[in-house]
Amino acid sequence: MAGAAVLGRLTWQLCEVAELVEETPQVKTLVLGAPDWPGHRAGQHVDVRLTAEDGYQAQRSYSIASAPEEGRLALTVERLADGEVSPYLADVLVVGDKLELRGPIGGYFVWDGEEGGPVLLVGGGSGVVPLMAMARHHAALGNGTPMRLLYSAKRLDDVIYRKELEELAARGDGFEAFFTLTRDQPEGWQGFGRRVDRALLAKVGWPAADDPHAFVCGPTGFVEAVASALVESGLSPGRIKTERFGPTGG
Amino acid sequence: MSRGFQGRRREEGDSGRVPPGQYLVDDFPVLSAGPTPHTPLEEWTFTISGEVAEPKTWTWEEFRALPSETITKDIHCVTKWSKLDTVWEGVSVDTLLAEVEHDAAYVVAFCDGGYTTNLPLEDVSDGKAWIAFGYDGEPLDPEHGGPARLLVPHLYFWKSAKWVRGLRLSDHDEPGFWEALGYHMYGDPWREQRYWGD
Repeated sequence: MAGAAVLGRLTWQLCEVAELVEETPQVKTLVLGAPDWPGHRAGQHVDVRLTAEDGYQAQRSYSIASAPEEGRLALTVERLADGEVSPYLADVLVVGDKLELRGPIGGYFVWDGEEGGPVLLVGGGSGVVPLMAMARHHAALGNGTPMRLLYSAKRLDDVIYRKELEELAARGDGFEAFFTLTRDQPEGWQGFGRRVDRALLAKVGWPAADDPHAFVCGPTGFVEAVASALVESGLSPGRIKTERFGPTGG
Repeated sequence: MSRGFQGRRREEGDSGRVPPGQYLVDDFPVLSAGPTPHTPLEEWTFTISGEVAEPKTWTWEEFRALPSETITKDIHCVTKWSKLDTVWEGVSVDTLLAEVEHDAAYVVAFCDGGYTTNLPLEDVSDGKAWIAFGYDGEPLDPEHGGPARLLVPHLYFWKSAKWVRGLRLSDHDEPGFWEALGYHMYGDPWREQRYWGD
């Protein structure tokens, strides 16, 4: 496994919050200084641990949004209304605070860039986060691998990283981004306005004959539907990697 | 200490039932590394193979004719959620192992889709593990591993392999799918054995 981060003991480390980016009203990116970070692969996640004054602790997993090449560690967090950890990360945390985390975790839902063949990324809602790490890694590698992102959100306001995705797509280095808005489309919307199904995947994705790698991340229903549609359209199940990113996770 | 973090304490009655680092859910999250396989029941078999005197295979019909039981257990996923009092219907792994001659110490569960996970034999023996085909009074949903999954509730739930098709017996422990990717070889939630070195 080329590019694999060394799999040793995962120790907790304290990282300082260097920057907070409001991506959408519900989504924030935490940029962390992590001097002891061992490196990661695009698609991996971290465990975050919060400790209250009385010692009570809560842990959750968050996908890494930054590329392995970046000298920063960025996590993108969606605030869940009844969550325990995400409202703290999104609303309470300020620059200069310390955040405890360990990682990187997960070695299957990863794209290193040396796999060969075209890549299809399909993200629903905040499921786009680990796919963003892949898109950024793609840009950093600059090897021209054909990569297409199909990103489904409810409304335009919910689209995370829109400007950067459009910039990445404008580089002409093999990356393309397609958006679909399932609930509301603004006037003059040029993207898609429907749920991701087999027909939309056929339009945006790669023919099965090209043997693409597919990465699907989003809520359970989204992932089930997209992964099944990809299998039905002839993609090899072993080429389809999935990750769930749903309201459960707090 | 996390400045300004209050946290949400769990109800007193449940506190002894939730392992460290876990939180309770009411729904049943789905986690899989790939698409959900759909093996027709007429093609489904369950096999005990590996270091056995003679491998043994059951068809779905034969498997369902075995004695089964209702199991009520708490389950704990390494992604931090725990769910209390889940109710399953399944065949005890003891019932299946009784049909083969062996002196193995470990098993690898193998599944549709290529997933594997490793366990010490004693963790799937003596009433600690089942091949579950029902959940909450219904046939087990494919998303949750149907038609049948391994159920080993005392270990993290990735050990309870979905879409299980058999057990390969061995005299040595070899890592399965997640175990080769940094997850703990044993996975005891009460000792918080999530990853290598935990």
